[in-house]
Amino acid sequence: MSNEPLPPFQALLDEHGSDVLGYLVATVGPHDAEDVFQETFIAALRAYDGLEHARNLHSWLLTIAHNKAIDHHRSRSRRAVPAGDAEEVAGSVPSSNSKPDEVVTGGDPDLWRAVSALPPKQRSAVVLRYATDMSYSAIARTMDSTEAAARRNVHEGLQKLRGEFA
Amino acid sequence: MNPLTEKQLQKMLTQTPSDADLDRAVQGLLARAERDGLIDIAYAEVDSPYGELLVASTDRGVVRLALPTERGHARSRDDVLEELAATVSPRIIESPKRLDEERRELEQYFEGRRTDFEVPVDWSLTSPGFRSRALHAVARIPYGKTKTYAEIAKSAGNARAFRAAGTACGHNPIPLIVPCHRVVPSSGGVGNYGGGAEMKRGLLDMEGVR
Repeated sequence: MSNEPLPPFQALLDEHGSDVLGYLVATVGPHDAEDVFQETFIAALRAYDGLEHARNLHSWLLTIAHNKAIDHHRSRSRRAVPAGDAEEVAGSVPSSNSKPDEVVTGGDPDLWRAVSALPPKQRSAVVLRYATDMSYSAIARTMDSTEAAARRNVHEGLQKLRGEFA
Repeated sequence: MNPLTEKQLQKMLTQTPSDADLDRAVQGLLARAERDGLIDIAYAEVDSPYGELLVASTDRGVVRLALPTERGHARSRDDVLEELAATVSPRIIESPKRLDEERRELEQYFEGRRTDFEVPVDWSLTSPGFRSRALHAVARIPYGKTKTYAEIAKSAGNARAFRAAGTACGHNPIPLIVPCHRVVPSSGGVGNYGGGAEMKRGLLDMEGVR
């Protein structure tokens, strides 16, 4: 049904706010997650009344969060070392910025550091797969890639984690 | 044995944020959304002697006030919000702070310390024509006074349309502030009320109507 009415925006916050914040903590780090969370929902709020249907609002929000996280890494790495390796710098930002004890509330700091050191695409794919329990097709939609690329990113990320986090 | 199974990874990565973290992030979001003018409807729940009320306002004024009971049924918050999303705007966010004034005036009213509401009204949900004229007439009935359905019909321009005046009251989106409890049948008694006849009687008693 394409004309399913949009739910009140508050319902999106109630139902998906925790997943979006959890995803951002795992991708941009706890230090900046709150700010990127707000940017995500402000962008969603701006676009909301133009949305044509109410399907897949969960992956719609995570797509926005994913794009905001990428923007965040880009602006961070530009500021950090103009001529450096963007992925390398982006990955190291959260851990250099926050003390291990304030890194995660429920997770494992070592694992989190290993995840944050993954290249952005692998990191996003791994987090979407294991932290928000998304299907590969939903990850592909969220990251604007193919299902095969989503599988590959998750697989490669997982291999790397297994190598480093043993 | 591989030290990192998918299940372990899932367990360790699922960083459900604490309620406090989520709450702080949401409060900051509300402030930003407010500043950017992105909240079309803010709502809050307010206690009353009759149960929980839901008040919703646009930047023009109160657009909807839902009583605990509506048309004989326990009213659900989700139904009210979904209807607002479909009829006014889906950009609806709970924001008790933005409804401070509405909440204060309602509390004072139920404590018997307020006879007039000062918060503006947004009439978006009232269809123009007879219904709108009837409800505007209802809005002018002072505290502690009553009018009959026939009198409201007359004010709205059709003295014989007392039934339609009753229907207009039945569709009042903003009871209490637009005081349809002050409209009674000419035959006596308190008549019908969306929130239930008992509530209507209670409100009229409180206002000293005999």
